[in-house]
Amino acid sequence: MFLNIDYQNLMTSLRVKNISKKYDKVQAISDISFNAEKGELFGLIGPDGAGKTTIFRILTTLILPDNGEVFFENLDIIKDFKKIRQITGYMPGKYSLYQDLTVEENLNFFAAVFGVKVEDNYYLIKEIYEHIAPFKKRLAGKLSGGMKQKLALCCALIHKPQILILDEPTTGVDAVSRKEFWEMLQKLKTQNITILVSTPYMDEAALCNRVALIQKGKILDIDTPENIISKFQHKLISVKSFDKQKLIKDLRSYEFSNSVFAFGESIHYTDKRQKTDVKEIVEYLINKNHKEIKVEEIKPNIEDCFMDLMKK
Amino acid sequence: MNKNKIIKVKNLVKKFGDFVANDNLNFEVEAGEIFGFLGANGAGKTTAIKILTGLSKPTSGEISVAGYDIYKETEKIKRNIGYMSQKFSLYDDLTVFENIRFYAGIYGMKKQEIIDKTESLLDKLDIRNHKNSLIRSLPLGWKQKLAFSIAIFHNPKIVFLDEPTGGVDPVTRRMFWELIYDASNSGITVFVTTHYMDEAEYCDRISIMDKGKIVALDKPQILKEQYNAANIDEVFVKIAR
Repeated sequence: MFLNIDYQNLMTSLRVKNISKKYDKVQAISDISFNAEKGELFGLIGPDGAGKTTIFRILTTLILPDNGEVFFENLDIIKDFKKIRQITGYMPGKYSLYQDLTVEENLNFFAAVFGVKVEDNYYLIKEIYEHIAPFKKRLAGKLSGGMKQKLALCCALIHKPQILILDEPTTGVDAVSRKEFWEMLQKLKTQNITILVSTPYMDEAALCNRVALIQKGKILDIDTPENIISKFQHKLISVKSFDKQKLIKDLRSYEFSNSVFAFGESIHYTDKRQKTDVKEIVEYLINKNHKEIKVEEIKPNIEDCFMDLMKK
Repeated sequence: MNKNKIIKVKNLVKKFGDFVANDNLNFEVEAGEIFGFLGANGAGKTTAIKILTGLSKPTSGEISVAGYDIYKETEKIKRNIGYMSQKFSLYDDLTVFENIRFYAGIYGMKKQEIIDKTESLLDKLDIRNHKNSLIRSLPLGWKQKLAFSIAIFHNPKIVFLDEPTGGVDPVTRRMFWELIYDASNSGITVFVTTHYMDEAEYCDRISIMDKGKIVALDKPQILKEQYNAANIDEVFVKIAR
């Protein structure tokens, strides 16, 4: 297939310009714009209801935006929707496979729909498919969560798409399977496939080349994970003491307190003042009868940044 | 001091045909404790929770929940527990108050008690203006907090929370845990599952299941020392991989 290629934008795989979508009275997304480069792993990071699925449904030509434009490899999502469907692999959030077909039948079916043979592109899925090949005669509905996820990824890849869109592939998946899934994505990146992935897990942002942080239909920021972290304007302090619940309450009632959030075993604290006085915080906590106090400055992570941006 | 064991599980086995979903589980949960029940997908957590909530019978083992026997007294167990999951919580097409009245009614609470308690709950959650709003019109974070409050509305001895914070934003997730702490401080035992490993650190004790067995059970701090790990995520990966 020969396509008109705009050589100026050769490296840009996806261009999203000012798209909005309203369902009845609910503004699902407003004025969303971003680009993804060829071979980039781009993450949409945000909680449920942020608008991630709406964006992906527009990109996959399943629904129309109210305004704005989207180009995939210089194809228009409205005029060229049939061509776009040929070059896109899509793994929807809700389980997409046919439960009453076997593993093998699902894979053959998806290949047939796109008019390819499994053998032609098998090299692309080989490493992932080998995990589930021992169960190829098993019905997809009888697979465990992790195996279903692997099969769904194989089915989305079997026609060798140029762009792969994964809607919350790791939601409800345990920490170990999540890590395995991201390792698979890192390997796929080397095949020059542009990958768009959405997730509510903030820690997964660090595994993307660039991310868009989304909340309530709006983009809070778009950048590399490192840059997002470097833009965090406060001095972030990790505080520990013996009684964590009391610590949260006491830090909140401290007169210079800006934000207080539990983070695993410690509390992440930021101060209203330009210069945070760590010594004074320790004294305050001693006066409040805290034991085993540990206070240190730490580097923020994406979740710290996300919560800070939510406040603005 | 011998604390009150509100959940006692001895040699719990559950088989589905040849498949052993729960392979000889042994653990106890103390009254008022926040107990984290972790494990990979398919490790057998849901099977065990169904048994503890009286929805399914074990193949063998001695189990008591809230002082009642899991074989003979499931109805009493159900009266003394609350349950909330991410998937099933409130009725979207009922209002806030209708949902409260419905759940409280099922647990046999008196009309006046329901009305009084509703008032204080609306204030606590700061949703007085939304008493007559349909659930579907509320933001997800509010729904989760309301669902939790309704799950403990009848003042159960134990509340079971199955991935209660899945998909909610990071600020709401933390506010939700403060509600859990409040419930625990008021004496309700909390039995919770989660895939967020930072939340595991908020529990008094956690158990980690793998392939039908409990492979670790202790305070988060002790598990981290034992596995020489910086956080519970590392412990989990070392165990399940």
